[in-house]
Amino acid sequence: MPVNADFVGRSYPPSGPYPVSAEAIAAFAAAVGSSDPVHSSSEAARAAGYAEVIAPPTFAVTIAQQCDAVFVQDPEAGIDYSRVVHGEQRFVHHRPITAGDEVLGTLTVDSVRAAGGHSMVTTRTELATSAGEALCTSTSTIVIRGGE
Amino acid sequence: MAVRTLAGTSVGDTIGSRTIAVGRDTLVAYAAASGDQNPIHQDEQFARSVGLPDVIAHGMWTMGAAGSVVEEWAGDGGRVVEFGTRFTKPVVVPQDGGAIEVGGVVKAVDEQTRRATVELTATSGGDKVLGRCVAVVQLD
Repeated sequence: MPVNADFVGRSYPPSGPYPVSAEAIAAFAAAVGSSDPVHSSSEAARAAGYAEVIAPPTFAVTIAQQCDAVFVQDPEAGIDYSRVVHGEQRFVHHRPITAGDEVLGTLTVDSVRAAGGHSMVTTRTELATSAGEALCTSTSTIVIRGGE
Repeated sequence: MAVRTLAGTSVGDTIGSRTIAVGRDTLVAYAAASGDQNPIHQDEQFARSVGLPDVIAHGMWTMGAAGSVVEEWAGDGGRVVEFGTRFTKPVVVPQDGGAIEVGGVVKAVDEQTRRATVELTATSGGDKVLGRCVAVVQLD
């Protein structure tokens, strides 16, 4: 079943809030091998000018993927998740995601296209604090492999 | 860590390269930390059943590991203001572990915004696993 192109341009109401904890940031930083103490030590983060420990540059994906779920799991969208691979990912940070942030994510389906028997879907998630401060624009392209 | 400065940065400066080991335990830790529990990243039998050669790393683990190399170069993890990549090939992680090799080069320095554009390369077993991998770093 092809991906439903009617979803292009669709924006969803903000989801969340997703609370960001110092523990989640430290665990993520350790998993990607980042030893910068701004991710694990409040003292080091404050010395560097941050309010609290800050997230590594790719941490935003953990929130963006929760925001995506409303679309990729919608049967109407026609996405077979067992055939999905990650094609591209991009982050533009407005300020570092910081422990204590309550994050809201607003998802927009930017494009749906076919290429070589596969479908490619690009979504954009605007992450902001619940007070409205912009945090990160996360853009993701998934490839749904074609087949039988 | 000292934050990298505009005065100390030139086009052509190189970063790394660094070899980063990735074991099955790395992927279990990344799955727990990221919430991505897709079994292709943990279960060899499942991975083979969907046509993969073996367990493969999360693309986002590979991107995150490359990001850690840029952070270290920048001297502050909060200085990586833009970061994007294509995922070109999977990183295969056999039972006894695999590795990626990450390096980079400064492609542009903007004196107005004090930002450096860094192009990264990441390979595993000779295969290029990230494509068009570019980070923008806010310099001091």
